[in-house]
Amino acid sequence: MSGSERSSAGIPLPGADASADGDSAGNARDSVFAAVGWALARDIRVALRSKGELGVQLLFYVIVVSLFPLATSPSREVLATIGPGVLWTAALLASLLSLSRLFASDFHDGTLEQIALSPRPLMALVSGKIAAHWLTAGLPVALMAPLLGVQYALDAPVLGTLMVSLVLGTPILSLLGAVGAALTLGARGGGSLLALLVLPLYAPVLIFGAGAVDAARAGVSAMPQLSLLGAGLLLALVAVPFAVTAALRIALD
Amino acid sequence: MLINWFRFSSPVSFYPVAGSWSYAFGATAALLAGAGLVVALYIAPTDATQGDAYRIIFIHVPAAWMAMLIYLVMAGWSAFALGFNTRLSAMMAQALAPTGALMAAIALWTGAFWGRPTWGTYWAWDARMTSTLILLFLYLGVVALRAAIEDPRRADRACAVLALVGAVNVPIIYFSVQWWNTLHQGSSISLTGAPKMAMTMLAGILIMTAAAWCYTIAVVLARVQAIIVERERGAGWLESLIDLRAAR
Repeated sequence: MSGSERSSAGIPLPGADASADGDSAGNARDSVFAAVGWALARDIRVALRSKGELGVQLLFYVIVVSLFPLATSPSREVLATIGPGVLWTAALLASLLSLSRLFASDFHDGTLEQIALSPRPLMALVSGKIAAHWLTAGLPVALMAPLLGVQYALDAPVLGTLMVSLVLGTPILSLLGAVGAALTLGARGGGSLLALLVLPLYAPVLIFGAGAVDAARAGVSAMPQLSLLGAGLLLALVAVPFAVTAALRIALD
Repeated sequence: MLINWFRFSSPVSFYPVAGSWSYAFGATAALLAGAGLVVALYIAPTDATQGDAYRIIFIHVPAAWMAMLIYLVMAGWSAFALGFNTRLSAMMAQALAPTGALMAAIALWTGAFWGRPTWGTYWAWDARMTSTLILLFLYLGVVALRAAIEDPRRADRACAVLALVGAVNVPIIYFSVQWWNTLHQGSSISLTGAPKMAMTMLAGILIMTAAAWCYTIAVVLARVQAIIVERERGAGWLESLIDLRAAR
Protein backbone atom coordinates (compact mmCIF):
# COMPACT_ATOMS: atom_id res chain seq x y z
CA MET A 1 0.00 0.00 0.00
CA SER A 2 1.50 3.30 -1.00
CA GLY A 3 1.76 6.21 1.39
CA SER A 4 -0.94 8.34 -0.17
CA GLU A 5 -3.28 5.39 -0.37
CA ARG A 6 -2.76 4.61 3.30
CA SER A 7 -3.27 8.13 4.45
CA SER A 8 -6.65 8.55 2.81
CA ALA A 9 -7.60 4.86 2.79
CA GLY A 10 -8.27 4.96 -0.92
CA ILE A 11 -10.79 7.79 -0.65
CA PRO A 12 -9.67 11.12 -2.09
CA LEU A 13 -9.25 13.88 0.45
CA PRO A 14 -12.33 16.09 0.88
CA GLY A 15 -12.56 18.95 -1.56
CA ALA A 16 -10.35 17.17 -4.07
CA ASP A 17 -13.32 16.22 -6.24
CA ALA A 18 -15.88 18.93 -5.58
CA SER A 19 -15.39 22.65 -5.86
CA ALA A 20 -15.54 24.29 -2.46
CA ASP A 21 -17.15 27.57 -3.47
CA GLY A 22 -20.59 27.03 -1.96
CA ASP A 23 -22.32 30.37 -2.52
CA SER A 24 -25.82 29.33 -1.51
CA ALA A 25 -26.75 28.01 1.92
CA GLY A 26 -27.85 24.73 0.38
CA ASN A 27 -24.46 24.15 -1.15
CA ALA A 28 -22.71 24.89 2.13
CA ARG A 29 -24.96 22.52 4.00
CA ASP A 30 -24.36 19.77 1.46
CA SER A 31 -20.65 20.28 1.76
CA VAL A 32 -20.83 19.97 5.57
CA PHE A 33 -22.75 16.70 5.34
CA ALA A 34 -20.41 15.47 2.64
CA ALA A 35 -17.45 16.24 4.92
CA VAL A 36 -19.00 14.40 7.88
CA GLY A 37 -19.78 11.45 5.62
CA TRP A 38 -16.32 11.43 4.12
CA ALA A 39 -14.56 11.40 7.51
CA LEU A 40 -16.97 8.78 8.83
CA ALA A 41 -16.53 6.44 5.88
CA ARG A 42 -12.77 6.91 5.82
CA ASP A 43 -12.23 6.24 9.53
CA ILE A 44 -14.50 3.20 9.51
CA ARG A 45 -12.62 1.84 6.51
CA VAL A 46 -9.28 2.40 8.25
CA ALA A 47 -10.60 0.75 11.42
CA LEU A 48 -11.95 -2.25 9.53
CA ARG A 49 -8.58 -2.77 7.88
CA SER A 50 -7.17 -3.67 11.29
CA LYS A 51 -9.94 -5.84 12.62
CA GLY A 52 -7.51 -7.45 15.04
CA GLU A 53 -7.12 -4.18 16.90
CA LEU A 54 -10.88 -3.76 17.19
CA GLY A 55 -11.18 -7.32 18.48
CA VAL A 56 -8.48 -6.76 21.09
CA GLN A 57 -10.23 -3.64 22.37
CA LEU A 58 -13.50 -5.52 22.79
CA LEU A 59 -11.60 -8.37 24.43
CA PHE A 60 -10.13 -5.88 26.90
CA TYR A 61 -13.67 -5.00 27.98
CA VAL A 62 -14.57 -8.67 28.39
CA ILE A 63 -11.45 -9.43 30.43
CA VAL A 64 -11.75 -6.44 32.78
CA VAL A 65 -15.38 -7.31 33.47
CA SER A 66 -14.45 -10.95 34.09
CA LEU A 67 -11.78 -10.05 36.64
CA PHE A 68 -14.11 -8.48 39.21
CA PRO A 69 -15.84 -11.71 40.32
CA LEU A 70 -12.37 -13.19 40.95
CA ALA A 71 -11.50 -10.20 43.10
CA THR A 72 -14.75 -10.15 45.07
CA SER A 73 -17.04 -13.13 45.32
CA PRO A 74 -19.01 -15.47 43.05
CA SER A 75 -22.16 -14.98 45.11
CA ARG A 76 -25.09 -13.82 43.00
CA GLU A 77 -26.14 -11.06 45.40
CA VAL A 78 -22.67 -9.49 45.47
CA LEU A 79 -22.33 -9.74 41.68
CA ALA A 80 -25.76 -8.22 41.06
CA THR A 81 -24.87 -5.33 43.39
CA ILE A 82 -21.53 -4.46 41.82
CA GLY A 83 -22.51 -5.51 38.27
CA PRO A 84 -23.86 -2.17 36.97
CA GLY A 85 -20.84 -0.29 38.30
CA VAL A 86 -18.34 -2.82 36.95
CA LEU A 87 -19.93 -2.99 33.50
CA TRP A 88 -19.94 0.81 33.28
CA THR A 89 -16.47 1.42 34.71
CA ALA A 90 -15.03 -1.11 32.30
CA ALA A 91 -16.81 0.69 29.44
CA LEU A 92 -15.07 3.91 30.51
CA LEU A 93 -11.69 2.19 30.48
CA ALA A 94 -12.35 0.53 27.11
CA SER A 95 -13.30 3.91 25.64
CA LEU A 96 -10.15 5.46 27.09
CA LEU A 97 -7.99 2.70 25.63
CA SER A 98 -9.33 3.20 22.11
CA LEU A 99 -8.99 7.01 22.18
CA SER A 100 -5.36 6.86 21.09
CA ARG A 101 -6.65 5.54 17.74
CA LEU A 102 -8.80 8.63 17.18
CA PHE A 103 -6.16 11.21 16.16
CA ALA A 104 -2.69 9.93 17.09
CA SER A 105 -1.84 7.80 14.04
CA ASP A 106 -3.27 10.42 11.65
CA PHE A 107 -1.23 13.04 13.50
CA HIS A 108 2.01 11.10 13.22
CA ASP A 109 1.78 10.27 9.51
CA GLY A 110 0.66 13.80 8.57
CA THR A 111 -2.87 12.89 7.46
CA LEU A 112 -4.37 15.12 10.11
CA GLU A 113 -2.55 18.12 8.75
CA GLN A 114 -3.85 17.37 5.23
CA ILE A 115 -7.37 17.04 6.64
CA ALA A 116 -7.04 20.37 8.42
CA LEU A 117 -5.83 22.02 5.20
CA SER A 118 -8.81 20.83 3.16
CA PRO A 119 -11.40 23.46 2.17
CA ARG A 120 -14.14 21.56 3.98
CA PRO A 121 -14.93 22.72 7.54
CA LEU A 122 -12.64 21.02 10.03
CA MET A 123 -15.43 20.77 12.59
CA ALA A 124 -17.50 18.62 10.23
CA LEU A 125 -14.55 16.34 9.49
CA VAL A 126 -13.81 16.01 13.21
CA SER A 127 -17.45 15.18 13.92
CA GLY A 128 -17.31 12.42 11.33
CA LYS A 129 -14.16 11.01 12.92
CA ILE A 130 -15.75 11.01 16.39
CA ALA A 131 -18.86 9.30 15.01
CA ALA A 132 -16.66 6.63 13.44
CA HIS A 133 -14.85 6.18 16.76
CA TRP A 134 -18.14 5.59 18.54
CA LEU A 135 -19.36 3.13 15.90
CA THR A 136 -16.15 1.08 16.16
CA ALA A 137 -15.46 1.41 19.91
CA GLY A 138 -18.55 2.44 21.88
CA LEU A 139 -21.29 0.59 20.03
CA PRO A 140 -19.56 -2.84 20.16
CA VAL A 141 -19.15 -2.43 23.92
CA ALA A 142 -22.81 -1.47 24.30
CA LEU A 143 -23.87 -4.52 22.28
CA MET A 144 -21.52 -6.82 24.19
CA ALA A 145 -22.53 -5.61 27.67
CA PRO A 146 -25.86 -7.49 28.01
CA LEU A 147 -24.04 -10.76 27.37
CA LEU A 148 -21.58 -9.98 30.15
CA GLY A 149 -24.43 -8.75 32.36
CA VAL A 150 -25.76 -12.31 32.40
CA GLN A 151 -22.55 -13.28 34.21
CA TYR A 152 -23.51 -10.77 36.87
CA ALA A 153 -26.92 -12.30 37.52
CA LEU A 154 -28.80 -9.35 36.01
CA ASP A 155 -32.33 -10.01 34.70
CA ALA A 156 -33.52 -9.41 31.14
CA PRO A 157 -35.19 -5.99 31.76
CA VAL A 158 -32.10 -4.79 33.58
CA LEU A 159 -29.94 -5.94 30.67
CA GLY A 160 -32.14 -3.92 28.34
CA THR A 161 -31.63 -0.80 30.45
CA LEU A 162 -27.90 -1.51 30.56
CA MET A 163 -27.73 -1.56 26.77
CA VAL A 164 -29.85 1.56 26.34
CA SER A 165 -27.77 3.46 28.93
CA LEU A 166 -24.56 2.43 27.16
CA VAL A 167 -25.94 3.36 23.73
CA LEU A 168 -26.77 6.83 25.11
CA GLY A 169 -23.64 7.19 27.24
CA THR A 170 -20.77 5.87 25.11
CA PRO A 171 -21.14 8.63 22.46
CA ILE A 172 -20.59 11.17 25.27
CA LEU A 173 -17.44 9.26 26.23
CA SER A 174 -16.21 9.40 22.61
CA LEU A 175 -16.96 13.13 22.41
CA LEU A 176 -15.33 14.13 25.72
CA GLY A 177 -12.47 11.74 25.05
CA ALA A 178 -11.85 13.41 21.69
CA VAL A 179 -11.09 16.68 23.51
CA GLY A 180 -8.46 14.92 25.62
CA ALA A 181 -7.06 13.01 22.65
CA ALA A 182 -6.70 16.24 20.65
CA LEU A 183 -5.12 18.15 23.55
CA THR A 184 -2.50 15.47 24.26
CA LEU A 185 -1.33 15.23 20.63
CA GLY A 186 2.41 15.76 20.63
CA ALA A 187 2.53 15.91 24.45
CA ARG A 188 4.78 13.72 26.56
CA GLY A 189 3.38 10.81 28.58
CA GLY A 190 0.41 10.27 26.24
CA GLY A 191 -1.69 7.45 27.69
CA SER A 192 -1.62 8.15 31.41
CA LEU A 193 -1.93 11.91 30.82
CA LEU A 194 -5.00 11.27 28.68
CA ALA A 195 -6.50 9.22 31.53
CA LEU A 196 -5.89 12.04 34.00
CA LEU A 197 -7.54 14.59 31.70
CA VAL A 198 -10.50 12.53 30.59
CA LEU A 199 -11.58 10.27 33.47
CA PRO A 200 -12.70 13.10 35.83
CA LEU A 201 -14.83 14.50 32.99
CA TYR A 202 -16.42 11.05 32.57
CA ALA A 203 -17.70 11.04 36.16
CA PRO A 204 -21.25 12.35 35.47
CA VAL A 205 -21.73 9.86 32.61
CA LEU A 206 -20.68 7.04 34.93
CA ILE A 207 -23.02 8.22 37.68
CA PHE A 208 -26.06 8.47 35.43
CA GLY A 209 -25.25 5.35 33.38
CA ALA A 210 -24.62 3.01 36.30
CA GLY A 211 -27.45 4.78 38.17
CA ALA A 212 -29.91 3.89 35.40
CA VAL A 213 -28.99 0.20 35.61
CA ASP A 214 -29.17 0.31 39.41
CA ALA A 215 -32.63 1.88 39.26
CA ALA A 216 -33.83 -0.84 36.87
CA ARG A 217 -32.40 -3.47 39.22
CA ALA A 218 -34.24 -1.92 42.16
CA GLY A 219 -37.46 -2.05 40.15
CA VAL A 220 -37.97 1.70 39.78
CA SER A 221 -38.07 3.69 36.56
CA ALA A 222 -34.71 4.40 34.97
CA MET A 223 -36.16 7.24 32.92
CA PRO A 224 -34.68 10.11 34.99
CA GLN A 225 -31.14 8.82 34.53
CA LEU A 226 -31.70 7.94 30.87
CA SER A 227 -33.23 11.39 30.21
CA LEU A 228 -30.22 13.07 31.81
CA LEU A 229 -27.87 10.92 29.72
CA GLY A 230 -29.80 11.94 26.62
CA ALA A 231 -29.62 15.60 27.62
CA GLY A 232 -25.89 15.25 28.24
CA LEU A 233 -25.49 13.66 24.81
CA LEU A 234 -27.29 16.54 23.09
CA LEU A 235 -25.22 19.10 24.99
CA ALA A 236 -21.98 17.30 24.15
CA LEU A 237 -22.99 16.93 20.48
CA VAL A 238 -23.45 20.68 20.20
CA ALA A 239 -20.55 21.93 22.32
CA VAL A 240 -17.72 19.43 22.06
CA PRO A 241 -16.89 19.68 18.32
CA PHE A 242 -15.92 23.35 18.89
CA ALA A 243 -13.49 22.38 21.65
CA VAL A 244 -12.02 19.48 19.65
CA THR A 245 -11.52 21.67 16.58
CA ALA A 246 -9.80 24.35 18.67
CA ALA A 247 -7.59 21.73 20.32
CA LEU A 248 -6.62 20.21 16.96
CA ARG A 249 -5.71 23.61 15.54
CA ILE A 250 -3.47 24.18 18.59
CA ALA A 251 -1.80 20.79 18.14
CA LEU A 252 -1.20 21.37 14.42
CA ASP A 253 0.12 24.88 14.90
CA MET B 1 -8.96 59.41 36.03
CA LEU B 2 -8.82 57.01 33.15
CA ILE B 3 -6.53 54.05 33.54
CA ASN B 4 -5.45 52.18 30.43
CA TRP B 5 -5.78 48.62 31.75
CA PHE B 6 -4.38 47.14 28.56
CA ARG B 7 -1.04 48.72 29.41
CA PHE B 8 -0.72 46.06 32.12
CA SER B 9 -1.41 43.20 29.71
CA SER B 10 2.23 43.39 28.69
CA PRO B 11 4.69 41.47 30.87
CA VAL B 12 7.12 44.42 30.69
CA SER B 13 4.77 46.84 32.46
CA PHE B 14 3.12 44.24 34.67
CA TYR B 15 6.30 42.76 36.15
CA PRO B 16 7.11 45.61 38.59
CA VAL B 17 3.43 46.12 39.47
CA ALA B 18 3.07 42.42 40.26
CA GLY B 19 6.09 42.62 42.53
CA SER B 20 4.83 45.47 44.70
CA TRP B 21 1.24 44.18 44.80
CA SER B 22 2.49 40.76 45.77
CA TYR B 23 4.19 42.19 48.85
CA ALA B 24 1.17 44.34 49.75
CA PHE B 25 -1.30 41.47 49.51
CA GLY B 26 1.11 39.12 51.29
CA ALA B 27 1.38 41.50 54.25
CA THR B 28 -2.41 41.97 54.31
CA ALA B 29 -2.89 38.21 54.23
CA ALA B 30 -0.55 37.76 57.21
CA LEU B 31 -2.38 40.47 59.22
CA LEU B 32 -5.82 39.08 58.38
CA ALA B 33 -4.79 35.49 59.10
CA GLY B 34 -3.37 36.59 62.48
CA ALA B 35 -6.56 38.44 63.40
CA GLY B 36 -8.72 35.62 62.05
CA LEU B 37 -6.88 33.00 64.07
CA VAL B 38 -7.28 35.05 67.25
CA VAL B 39 -11.02 35.21 66.61
CA ALA B 40 -11.12 31.55 65.63
CA LEU B 41 -9.11 30.09 68.51
CA TYR B 42 -9.82 32.45 71.44
CA ILE B 43 -12.93 34.56 70.89
CA ALA B 44 -15.30 32.16 69.10
CA PRO B 45 -17.22 30.01 71.60
CA THR B 46 -16.88 26.24 71.85
CA ASP B 47 -19.53 24.46 69.81
CA ALA B 48 -22.27 22.82 71.89
CA THR B 49 -22.31 19.54 69.95
CA GLN B 50 -18.88 19.30 68.31
CA GLY B 51 -16.69 20.75 71.05
CA ASP B 52 -13.47 22.39 69.94
CA ALA B 53 -13.08 20.09 66.93
CA TYR B 54 -15.29 22.38 64.85
CA ARG B 55 -12.57 25.07 64.89
CA ILE B 56 -10.99 23.47 61.83
CA ILE B 57 -13.90 25.06 59.92
CA PHE B 58 -11.89 28.33 59.93
CA ILE B 59 -9.34 26.75 57.59
CA HIS B 60 -11.60 24.24 55.90
CA VAL B 61 -14.38 26.46 54.58
CA PRO B 62 -12.16 29.25 53.16
CA ALA B 63 -9.99 26.62 51.41
CA ALA B 64 -13.04 24.91 49.90
CA TRP B 65 -14.45 28.23 48.70
CA MET B 66 -11.12 29.27 47.20
CA ALA B 67 -10.75 25.90 45.44
CA MET B 68 -14.02 26.46 43.58
CA LEU B 69 -13.49 30.16 42.96
CA ILE B 70 -9.94 29.79 41.64
CA TYR B 71 -11.12 27.33 38.98
CA LEU B 72 -13.60 29.90 37.70
CA VAL B 73 -10.99 32.68 37.75
CA MET B 74 -8.56 30.38 35.94
CA ALA B 75 -11.20 29.63 33.29
CA GLY B 76 -11.85 33.37 32.98
CA TRP B 77 -8.17 34.12 32.33
CA SER B 78 -8.10 31.18 29.92
CA ALA B 79 -11.00 32.69 27.98
CA PHE B 80 -9.08 35.99 27.80
CA ALA B 81 -5.96 34.13 26.66
CA LEU B 82 -7.85 32.39 23.83
CA GLY B 83 -9.95 35.39 22.89
CA PHE B 84 -7.38 38.18 22.95
CA ASN B 85 -4.28 36.00 22.55
CA THR B 86 -2.61 37.87 25.43
CA ARG B 87 0.39 36.15 26.91
CA LEU B 88 -0.11 37.53 30.40
CA SER B 89 -3.64 36.10 30.68
CA ALA B 90 -2.30 32.63 30.01
CA MET B 91 0.47 33.22 32.56
CA MET B 92 -2.16 34.19 35.15
CA ALA B 93 -4.08 30.98 34.41
CA GLN B 94 -0.86 28.99 34.72
CA ALA B 95 -0.02 30.66 38.03
CA LEU B 96 -3.50 30.00 39.47
CA ALA B 97 -3.58 26.25 38.84
CA PRO B 98 -1.13 25.09 41.57
CA THR B 99 -2.74 27.32 44.21
CA GLY B 100 -6.17 25.99 43.26
CA ALA B 101 -4.93 22.43 43.58
CA LEU B 102 -3.38 23.31 46.96
CA MET B 103 -6.67 24.77 48.20
CA ALA B 104 -8.61 21.69 47.08
CA ALA B 105 -6.05 19.46 48.81
CA ILE B 106 -6.24 21.53 52.02
CA ALA B 107 -10.04 21.36 51.94
CA LEU B 108 -9.95 17.57 51.61
CA TRP B 109 -7.21 17.14 54.22
CA THR B 110 -8.84 19.32 56.85
CA GLY B 111 -12.20 17.78 55.99
CA ALA B 112 -10.79 14.35 56.80
CA PHE B 113 -9.48 15.56 60.17
CA TRP B 114 -12.79 17.24 60.91
CA GLY B 115 -14.75 14.19 59.86
CA ARG B 116 -12.88 11.84 62.18
CA PRO B 117 -14.13 13.27 65.52
CA THR B 118 -17.56 14.42 64.28
CA TRP B 119 -18.63 11.78 61.74
CA GLY B 120 -16.42 9.00 63.09
CA THR B 121 -14.62 8.50 59.78
CA TYR B 122 -11.86 10.18 57.82
CA TRP B 123 -13.61 9.78 54.53
CA ALA B 124 -17.26 9.53 53.58
CA TRP B 125 -18.51 9.73 50.00
CA ASP B 126 -20.26 12.96 50.84
CA ALA B 127 -21.33 14.99 47.81
CA ARG B 128 -19.10 17.96 48.62
CA MET B 129 -16.06 15.82 49.40
CA THR B 130 -16.47 13.81 46.20
CA SER B 131 -16.88 16.85 44.00
CA THR B 132 -13.88 18.54 45.65
CA LEU B 133 -11.85 15.40 44.95
CA ILE B 134 -12.86 15.53 41.27
CA LEU B 135 -12.04 19.25 41.25
CA LEU B 136 -8.55 18.38 42.55
CA PHE B 137 -8.17 15.90 39.67
CA LEU B 138 -9.20 18.61 37.19
CA TYR B 139 -6.53 20.97 38.59
CA LEU B 140 -3.90 18.23 38.44
CA GLY B 141 -4.93 17.54 34.84
CA VAL B 142 -4.29 21.17 33.89
CA VAL B 143 -0.92 21.16 35.69
CA ALA B 144 0.09 17.84 34.07
CA LEU B 145 -0.93 18.96 30.58
CA ARG B 146 1.14 22.13 31.05
CA ALA B 147 4.15 20.04 32.07
CA ALA B 148 3.74 17.63 29.14
CA ILE B 149 3.84 20.20 26.33
CA GLU B 150 7.24 21.54 25.39
CA ASP B 151 6.31 24.80 23.67
CA PRO B 152 4.95 27.24 26.30
CA ARG B 153 2.69 29.10 23.85
CA ARG B 154 1.09 25.85 22.71
CA ALA B 155 0.78 24.74 26.35
CA ASP B 156 -0.94 28.08 27.12
CA ARG B 157 -3.68 27.51 24.59
CA ALA B 158 -4.10 23.76 25.21
CA CYS B 159 -4.48 24.39 28.96
CA ALA B 160 -6.92 27.21 28.22
CA VAL B 161 -9.15 24.88 26.19
CA LEU B 162 -8.95 22.24 28.94
CA ALA B 163 -9.78 24.78 31.67
CA LEU B 164 -12.82 26.01 29.73
CA VAL B 165 -14.08 22.47 29.07
CA GLY B 166 -13.56 21.74 32.77
CA ALA B 167 -15.39 24.91 33.81
CA VAL B 168 -18.45 23.85 31.79
CA ASN B 169 -18.22 20.44 33.43
CA VAL B 170 -17.73 21.56 37.04
CA PRO B 171 -21.42 22.37 37.68
CA ILE B 172 -22.52 19.19 35.89
CA ILE B 173 -20.11 17.14 38.00
CA TYR B 174 -21.27 18.91 41.16
CA PHE B 175 -24.95 18.26 40.57
CA SER B 176 -24.48 14.71 39.35
CA VAL B 177 -22.44 13.85 42.44
CA GLN B 178 -25.02 15.47 44.69
CA TRP B 179 -27.78 13.53 42.99
CA TRP B 180 -25.83 10.28 43.23
CA ASN B 181 -25.16 10.93 46.90
CA THR B 182 -28.79 11.52 47.84
CA LEU B 183 -29.75 8.30 46.06
CA HIS B 184 -27.16 6.22 47.86
CA GLN B 185 -27.14 7.45 51.41
CA GLY B 186 -29.50 9.33 53.60
CA SER B 187 -28.79 12.69 55.12
CA SER B 188 -27.30 11.10 58.24
CA ILE B 189 -24.14 13.12 57.80
CA SER B 190 -25.18 16.59 56.89
CA LEU B 191 -24.52 19.96 58.37
CA THR B 192 -27.81 21.50 57.28
CA GLY B 193 -29.40 20.49 60.57
CA ALA B 194 -26.62 22.06 62.61
CA PRO B 195 -27.59 24.85 65.00
CA LYS B 196 -27.26 28.43 63.87
CA MET B 197 -23.77 29.76 63.81
CA ALA B 198 -22.64 32.25 66.44
CA MET B 199 -21.81 35.72 65.17
CA THR B 200 -18.15 35.45 66.16
CA MET B 201 -17.82 32.11 64.30
CA LEU B 202 -19.16 33.71 61.14
CA ALA B 203 -16.83 36.68 61.61
CA GLY B 204 -13.88 34.32 62.03
CA ILE B 205 -14.75 32.48 58.82
CA LEU B 206 -15.14 35.73 56.88
CA ILE B 207 -11.80 37.13 58.11
CA MET B 208 -10.05 33.87 57.26
CA THR B 209 -11.68 33.89 53.82
CA ALA B 210 -10.39 37.41 53.22
CA ALA B 211 -6.94 36.17 54.31
CA ALA B 212 -7.19 33.28 51.85
CA TRP B 213 -8.08 35.74 49.06
CA CYS B 214 -5.10 37.96 49.84
CA TYR B 215 -2.79 34.97 50.17
CA THR B 216 -3.93 33.64 46.78
CA ILE B 217 -3.44 37.00 45.08
CA ALA B 218 -0.01 37.45 46.65
CA VAL B 219 1.21 33.97 45.74
CA VAL B 220 -0.22 34.08 42.22
CA LEU B 221 1.41 37.45 41.49
CA ALA B 222 4.74 36.19 42.79
CA ARG B 223 4.38 33.09 40.62
CA VAL B 224 3.50 35.22 37.60
CA GLN B 225 6.74 37.13 38.17
CA ALA B 226 8.65 33.86 38.22
CA ILE B 227 6.92 32.71 35.04
CA ILE B 228 7.75 36.01 33.32
CA VAL B 229 11.41 35.69 34.32
CA GLU B 230 11.47 32.09 33.09
CA ARG B 231 9.85 32.82 29.73
CA GLU B 232 11.43 36.19 28.97
CA ARG B 233 14.97 35.28 29.97
CA GLY B 234 17.19 36.78 27.37
CA ALA B 235 14.82 39.69 26.81
CA GLY B 236 16.60 43.03 27.04
CA TRP B 237 14.16 44.73 29.41
CA LEU B 238 14.47 41.95 31.96
CA GLU B 239 18.28 41.97 31.94
CA SER B 240 18.42 45.74 32.35
CA LEU B 241 15.92 45.49 35.24
CA ILE B 242 18.03 42.88 37.00
CA ASP B 243 21.21 44.91 36.38
CA LEU B 244 19.44 47.90 37.91
CA ARG B 245 18.55 45.86 41.01
CA ALA B 246 22.10 44.57 41.31
CA ALA B 247 23.54 48.09 41.02
CA ARG B 248 21.32 49.38 43.81
